[in-house]
Amino acid sequence: MSRTTLDLWVGFFVAVGLGALLFLALKVGNLASSSSGETYAVHAKFDNIGGLKVRGAVKSAGVVVGRVTEIRFDPEAYQGVVTIQLDARYKFPRDTFATINTSGLLGEQYIGFEVGGDTAMLKAGDTIKKTQSAVVLEKLISQFMFNKAAEDGGKK
Amino acid sequence: MVRALRGLGQRVTARIWRLGYASRFFLAILMYSGTSLRRVHLTIREIYFTGVLSLIIILVSGLFVGMVLGLQGYDTLQRYGSTEALGVLVSLSLVRELGPVVAALLFASRAGSAITAEIGMMKATEQLSAMEMMAVDPISRVVAPRFWGGVISMPLLAALFSAMGIFGGYLIGVQLIGVDEGSFWSQMQASVDFRQDIVNGVIKSFVFGIIVSWVAVFEGYDAEPTAEGVSGATTRTVVTSSLAILAADFVLTAFMFTGT
Amino acid sequence: MPDNPILLESPPVNLTGVPGVNMSQESLVEIRDLNFSYDNRPILTGINMTIPRGKVVAVMGSSGCGKTTTLRLIGGQLKPTSGEVRVGGQVVHSLNAEDLYALRRRMGMLFQFGALFTDMSVYDNIAFQMREHTDLPEALIHDLVLMKLHAVGLRGAHRLMPAELSGGMARRVALARAIALDPMLIMYDEPFAGLDPISLSIVGELIRKLNDALGASSIVVTHDVQESLKIVDYVYFVSEGKIVAEGTADEMKTSKVPYVHQFVWGEADGPVPFQYPSRPYGEELMESALRHG
Repeated sequence: MSRTTLDLWVGFFVAVGLGALLFLALKVGNLASSSSGETYAVHAKFDNIGGLKVRGAVKSAGVVVGRVTEIRFDPEAYQGVVTIQLDARYKFPRDTFATINTSGLLGEQYIGFEVGGDTAMLKAGDTIKKTQSAVVLEKLISQFMFNKAAEDGGKK
Repeated sequence: MVRALRGLGQRVTARIWRLGYASRFFLAILMYSGTSLRRVHLTIREIYFTGVLSLIIILVSGLFVGMVLGLQGYDTLQRYGSTEALGVLVSLSLVRELGPVVAALLFASRAGSAITAEIGMMKATEQLSAMEMMAVDPISRVVAPRFWGGVISMPLLAALFSAMGIFGGYLIGVQLIGVDEGSFWSQMQASVDFRQDIVNGVIKSFVFGIIVSWVAVFEGYDAEPTAEGVSGATTRTVVTSSLAILAADFVLTAFMFTGT
Repeated sequence: MPDNPILLESPPVNLTGVPGVNMSQESLVEIRDLNFSYDNRPILTGINMTIPRGKVVAVMGSSGCGKTTTLRLIGGQLKPTSGEVRVGGQVVHSLNAEDLYALRRRMGMLFQFGALFTDMSVYDNIAFQMREHTDLPEALIHDLVLMKLHAVGLRGAHRLMPAELSGGMARRVALARAIALDPMLIMYDEPFAGLDPISLSIVGELIRKLNDALGASSIVVTHDVQESLKIVDYVYFVSEGKIVAEGTADEMKTSKVPYVHQFVWGEADGPVPFQYPSRPYGEELMESALRHG
């Protein structure tokens, strides 16, 4: 095997291998869609964050506008504090409502933004005042049962 | 009874001694790697023999593994009505685990055993001795290029295995069975994270590459210079590196994929 | 063997001398009171040898008596348990790695059965040392390689791979490789092993002619009496790790030392017994008769 043929094959191999890596990174993974642009941090406090995880999505009108980067516990207010990195291109009013939703019935949880009418915008480091915690299934069931019992009681 | 215990103790100490020897050998490889870098052609030659010649087996195996994942995955997922998650299942299984591990096992049995046999035969026919007497260090000239050739080839082969596997899963899932093409890819993209899954997979295959190449060159260099010695060394390469790969996979997975 | 004028035409490769090598001394290799043991088994005991400049010296003895070990001790691949080996005035086992490698570049070794690098052609095998240790341009290396091959009669085979060579040809190529850098000391480990009669005499003649042409010293480790006594100047006889006799080739042929006599004349029984050590014959037969009788 001559040197040039060898080099050709090795070059081909390395090119194909790197191509596979690139394919995995871009087409299979989320490298292309992950925002490499500027972001600004915003906080939100929840009574119950449910199953929200770091790197969970933050969506507004169904479009991903940011990611959860940190989840802490506030020992004074006994609330969960979520830090969000928002895409710098988007600005949200100060009275934005942050809710924790579930995608699908049993899917992953994400934060949804519902905008209010405030003219002042959220700045970096601000805390979102209006939040709604995650729905806890057990509470829902017990509430349903309680309502059912109350209804039956009332009918009698 | 005492003799049995003594024998056991001797064997354990012999193993530990050998491990120590192998570690010093590893350090020697790293120290004498200068030639592999300066005379790149030596390393390129080894990348050809370990990587390029393993392409067929890696690509074909990857394709079949991916197709099986597609079949099995579909069968299980449809019970929960979640067949659109097929893409996620196939890609995560491959990128996180099957790609690095299976490709490494195949690499160990094909390229690893070839390296061991080659170096062992060179030792048996006194070629390594001859090189030493010609004032050329056999570790830098023969051993190190093969080591680095293996280390460079391994991540590339693992990536090719995973890519081929995903393609195989796509063929079966979308083309054959009829899972929705759009959700196949979009769910995959949404669930496979670059840093968490792909980079970790690459790190794994890199570690496996070091393990296989190290075991292969060491067993070859340390083989008894006879026919039985070389064949025993070749077998030991495949067995030892396979076990080490699986053990390392456990350790790496425990660090990488839990507790997030 | 046809006239080999090229031997005289091949100019020695001009290398810088090894620092510390004393070129004025009469003997190139001096071994004094050498003892070597492996795993507490004594292999060599009390060896004293002198290899003068320009001479071919044979080290003979039956298999496993330590002849190859001696070569490895001279080449620095093994360290003596006690005693010293001097090459060109330098004690081999006290050299650091760099000086040892510098010394080895002045030595050539022909390994048993050749030990050619099987993944390169004959040409590349010979050119190996030139490419590794010198900065000679490829054109010059080309000429030198062909000259060395011509000296051993295999210039036309330079494109072949070692696997395509016959035993005798492989041995000759290995010889050409051993003299690639015109060494001052050439060591031969069983150069005659397994060769046909024609190749035997070719190799013998080459050993002598190359030694004289290069002005080098040669050590031939062998148990082929016929061929070696034809070409060597001095012989050391080794038996069970000790030197039992030494002298010129003629002295060996007429030696009265029983071991030497048995070896040179190929007698079946003598100091080296025919029967492997065992209990008395009669005793063993009687015992089996008693058991099966």
